[in-house]
Amino acid sequence: MSVQAAPPLEKPRKRPSAALYEVVVPLLATAGGFLVWEAICRAFGVPAYLVPAPSEILKDTLAIGPTVMGHTLATLKTVLLGFVVSIAISLPLAVLLTASPAIASALYPFLVWTQSIPKVALAPILVVVLGSNELPRVVITVLVAFFPLVISSATGLMSVPPELIELSRACRASKWSELWRIRLPYAIPFIFAGLKVAISLAVVGAVVAEFVNADAGLGFLIVTSTAFFKVPVAFGALIILSIMGVVLFQLVVIAERVFFPWSTGNAMAAS
Amino acid sequence: MISLNRVTRIFESRDGDRITALEDVSLSIRDNEFVTLVGPSGCGKSTLLRIVAGLILPTAGTASIGGAAITEPRSETGIVFQAPTLLPWASVMDNVLFPLRMMHRMDSASTDKAAALLKLVGLSGFESKSPRELSGGMQQRVAICRALVHEPDILLMDEPFGALDALTREEMTMELLRIWGERPKTVLFVTHSITEAVVLADRVVVMSPRPGRIAEIIEVATPRPRSFDNEANPAFHEATHRIRQLIFGQRHVGPGRAAA
Repeated sequence: MSVQAAPPLEKPRKRPSAALYEVVVPLLATAGGFLVWEAICRAFGVPAYLVPAPSEILKDTLAIGPTVMGHTLATLKTVLLGFVVSIAISLPLAVLLTASPAIASALYPFLVWTQSIPKVALAPILVVVLGSNELPRVVITVLVAFFPLVISSATGLMSVPPELIELSRACRASKWSELWRIRLPYAIPFIFAGLKVAISLAVVGAVVAEFVNADAGLGFLIVTSTAFFKVPVAFGALIILSIMGVVLFQLVVIAERVFFPWSTGNAMAAS
Repeated sequence: MISLNRVTRIFESRDGDRITALEDVSLSIRDNEFVTLVGPSGCGKSTLLRIVAGLILPTAGTASIGGAAITEPRSETGIVFQAPTLLPWASVMDNVLFPLRMMHRMDSASTDKAAALLKLVGLSGFESKSPRELSGGMQQRVAICRALVHEPDILLMDEPFGALDALTREEMTMELLRIWGERPKTVLFVTHSITEAVVLADRVVVMSPRPGRIAEIIEVATPRPRSFDNEANPAFHEATHRIRQLIFGQRHVGPGRAAA
C-alpha cells in the first residue's frame, strides 16, 4: 500500500535572519527615537521641568540609582504577586463558568460588576478597608488584571471540538479527566492570550495602587518626584515601567514557546 | 448483534420546536457485518450512529447491543468522526493510546498494540511525529487506529472520509476494507457517497429525510474482495442505480413546480 508523503514542514525562509527583524531593527528604531527626542530638547532649549532630554533623565535617575532600584523591585513584587493571584483566581473561575449555564449566569453579573467599578476610585476605599500595606495594592492589581484572563480561558475551555467531547464520553471518561486531558490543554493558546493581556494590565494596576497608597514603588516615585519638580526622575521611572512591561510580556511569550510549542503557530488549524 | 426496534428520536430546539430526527427505525445488524448508511443531509444518519454509540438515547423504541439496551457509551465500541480531531499537543502514538488512557486501561502491551495498528495503516515510523506534520489522509488513519486500539467489536464511522480529497478517499476506502478483512468487526458507516457505500457494504441502508426513516435496505451481492473497478459489475451497477432512484427519485416533480 502507499502512503502519501507528509507535506514538507514549513521551514523559515532564508531571510536576512529572524533576529535582525525581531531584535536589531526594533532596538535601532528605539535608539533613533531617543536621539530625535534629545535633538529636539537641545535645539529648542526645552526646560528640564517640562520635558527633560534623555541624557538628563539618565543622569538624574542614575544619581539616585540604588533608591530607584529599590522602587523598581517594590513595584515588580506587586506586579508579580498580582499576576500570580490573578492566575490562581481566573483559571478555577473559568472552569466554574464553563461547568454549567446556571453557574455562569450567577457569576457573570459579579464579574462585570468588578470591571465596571473604576479601580482608581476603589483604591482609596480599599486602603481604608484593608489597611496600608501590600494587600490593597495586590487586590487592586488583581482587579485590574484578572478579567481578560477569565474571559479568554473560559472561551478556550469552550472551544474544544464537540467530537472530542463525544470521544471522551465514548471512552466513559470522568468530567475531571475530560477537563484535565482535553479541555485545559485545548485552552492553552487562549489562556496564554489572556496571560499576555493580564501581565500588561498587572503593571498598570500596580502603579494605580501605588499612586494611592505606597511608601515605595515606581508609582510612588513618580508622585513624589513630580511634587518636587524632579521631572527627569519621574520620566526615568516611567521608562523603567515601560521596560518592565515589555520584558514581562516577552517572558510570557517565551514561556509559551518553550513549554507549549504546539500552542503557537497553526496548532489549532491542524486539528 | 446491534438491534434497533422502532427507534424514534425527537430533538427539542430552544424555541420549543420539535424536530423528528428519526422516526420508527428498525434495523438489525449481524456480527461482523459491514453496514453503510446513506442518504441526503437531515435524514438522521448521524443521529442513528450516535444512538448506537450510546451518546444520545432514543425518545421511543429500543436500541440494544447483544441483547443489552444501550443506555450509555460502551467501552467496546470505537468511533471515527469526519474530522480526525487529533490532540494537537500529543504525538501520533499518544493520540492512538488516548482512549486507553481515558479508560485507565494502559498496560505494558498497549504501546506494542498501538504500534502494530500504525503499521497496519502504513504509518510505521510516524509514532513520535506531531499530528500537524501529517496530511489529512494520514491524520484520519491515526484516528482510525485510535478507534481500534481498545479492540472494540463495533466500529462506528461518521463520514470518516468526507473531508478528504477524492483520490485519498478512494485509497482510504480500500484501506478500510483491508483492515476490516484482517480484523473483522461489526461496522456501521455513515456516508454521502453512493459508490463508497456500495463498495464497502454487505448491506446499504438508504434513508430519507424529514422525518428520518429507512427508505430501503439493499443487499450488495458483489463478491469480495472488492475495488472501485467493480463499478462495471452488474450487481454493483444495479445497487447504485436503485440507491440513486431512492434518493433522487422522490425529488422528481412535474414541470413548472419547484422541487421539494
